Amino acid sequence: MDVILFLVFATIAVVCAISVVVQTHPIASALSLVGVMASLAVLYLLLGAEFIAMAQVVVYAGAIMVLFVFVIMLLNAGAESKSGRSLVASWLGIPLIIVFLGLMSFFAQRWLPFADPVRFGAFKGGSPRDIGRALFTQYLLPFEVVSVLILIAILGAIVLARKELD
Amino acid sequence: MSGVPLSWYLILSAVLFTLGVAGFLFRKNIITLFMSIELMLNAVNLSFIAFSYQLKQVNGHIFTFFVMVVAAAEAAVGLAIILTVFKNRATLNVDEVDSMKY
Amino acid sequence: MEFFVISIIKAAVVAFVLLTTLAYLQWVERKVIAHIQVRPGPYRVGPHGLLQPLADVVKLITKEDVLPPHVNKFAYLMAPFLSVTMALISISVIPFGDQFQAFGYTTWMQLTDLNVGLLFILAISSMGVYGVALAGWASNNKYALLGGLRSSAQMISYELPMSLAIAAPLLMANTLSLREIVQKQGGYAFGFLPQWNIFQGPMPQIFSFFIFIIAAFAETNRVPFDLPEAENELVAGFHVEYSSMKFASFFMAEYANMVTVSSLATILFLGGWQPLFPVTLGSGLVAPAIFAFAGIVCWYHALHPARRGDRKSLPVFGTIFLLLGAVMLVPSVAANFMPLFWFAGKAGFLLFVFMWIRGTLPRFRYDQLMSFAWKFLFPAALLNLLLTAWLVAWVS
Repeated sequence: MDVILFLVFATIAVVCAISVVVQTHPIASALSLVGVMASLAVLYLLLGAEFIAMAQVVVYAGAIMVLFVFVIMLLNAGAESKSGRSLVASWLGIPLIIVFLGLMSFFAQRWLPFADPVRFGAFKGGSPRDIGRALFTQYLLPFEVVSVLILIAILGAIVLARKELD
Repeated sequence: MSGVPLSWYLILSAVLFTLGVAGFLFRKNIITLFMSIELMLNAVNLSFIAFSYQLKQVNGHIFTFFVMVVAAAEAAVGLAIILTVFKNRATLNVDEVDSMKY
Repeated sequence: MEFFVISIIKAAVVAFVLLTTLAYLQWVERKVIAHIQVRPGPYRVGPHGLLQPLADVVKLITKEDVLPPHVNKFAYLMAPFLSVTMALISISVIPFGDQFQAFGYTTWMQLTDLNVGLLFILAISSMGVYGVALAGWASNNKYALLGGLRSSAQMISYELPMSLAIAAPLLMANTLSLREIVQKQGGYAFGFLPQWNIFQGPMPQIFSFFIFIIAAFAETNRVPFDLPEAENELVAGFHVEYSSMKFASFFMAEYANMVTVSSLATILFLGGWQPLFPVTLGSGLVAPAIFAFAGIVCWYHALHPARRGDRKSLPVFGTIFLLLGAVMLVPSVAANFMPLFWFAGKAGFLLFVFMWIRGTLPRFRYDQLMSFAWKFLFPAALLNLLLTAWLVAWVS
């Protein structure tokens, strides 16, 4: 059952990721990216990370991607025209990227030959209680710094996007 | 019933990361570039959670949480910058934003 | 194996009851608003207009389904589907009652109990913004785009005070699972006062309740926050280019969202399926008493009919109510269905408040609505959370 769920949602994630990269219209890319994030949320649930899975849907798919979709709608971004890039770049680049991918996968396989297989429910340390405990005891300083970072980002976005009073 | 080997999750993370890199290098629209960056960040998050499962600790989850927060801040500021660039140069094509003077 | 069969049966029952409720919620709303405005409402189609939702469904299905040529087809077709799916998924974690025992099987009156159930509902309602935004954009129409952007901006702005208002009773309940939140509100102080979250110490959650209800009105795009979708503003906003079944999907999604937020408010603040006073003091008799009262009122009006058709239809309704009251007195039925009655009563009361306010208040202008969210409701929710956190930390 774990294998079937993993295969289904991994396939959805890869197909949506290819669609992000290949589609010409930005809205189609954005919706495919939402699909990637939703299927990754299910994979996080399979790995026992229930809080992170819900946070992924609330923060990433529900807020960040809505921001992307808003900006695409406001800027009225149309479909991209045909690329003027040289064909050499794509003929050489794509096989090299596949080689890069192959190397990363090979090393991933080699480093963990004996890790125990992932079963749903085997890792119970991802509950909100454990994450909260770690966040507020061991990682308190990064937590507070990240709050200040968000505040700075809000201020920056407001300053950059407001209308100039001429 | 056996579970899924952990390396499959890492291979999936590598595939998604590579697709993000390919999108970043081959696309011309600024917003699509940004979305490829988000795809790379998501792939890295999956790696963190997979290793956190292997080591049976919650630290990977905390790191993922911080990556998500930083990605949110980066998306907000980056999209504001994109809006400003569009207001000034009226184009979303990175190839045309190639000189400091306009 | 038995788990799967029971789950499938529960899912089928919940789906059937939910879809019927959505259709009849529209009937109830039209009747309530009509009586507020001193007119009869739907009256002719079936006794007291009870077959009106059926007639509406037939009309919507047989209407011509227009696909305008200038729209972005994929997003146009996906938007109502997304809205409805997200609205209906949130019902799957809501506990409607206590344990249900029949034919030797015991099961909870809840489709599934996630231990992050509350976060799940927040996640699904965040995804519901996409349906509105995509509908507005895909229609290739200035008014639809403006309406869609305004509506989605309103929904994300009010998600913040809603989440903070939800966080305050969570501090007291110490769990994210909806079933456990309701179970922690059981018990009675001094033997008869209910321990619901709006009454419970160390901090009665009255402010959170009101903040949550106001944010819920804005999340579901209901009056007084329905500027983005009202018919006389912006030419009906984001659903102006939709017809027949797709239009009906948006309205089904709106009613399903209303049901979800009412159920959530009942669970978090009003004690879910816990009765108002203990069973020893006779709360088992409230349901039969209410049904008997309804039956007697129907029979009284049947004997002094106000309108022509009442002489035939009201006795039937009166008898049905009296039979329901008698059935609720049977102990085995009462043990299973009494929690469901209390839950439905409280959520139904909140839904009635939704409709009552629709018939009473005027709507906010868009800038008033947004400044209300960011300048008043969000700081109020933060202060409320701070106060609750201090009191909880001080007591424990």
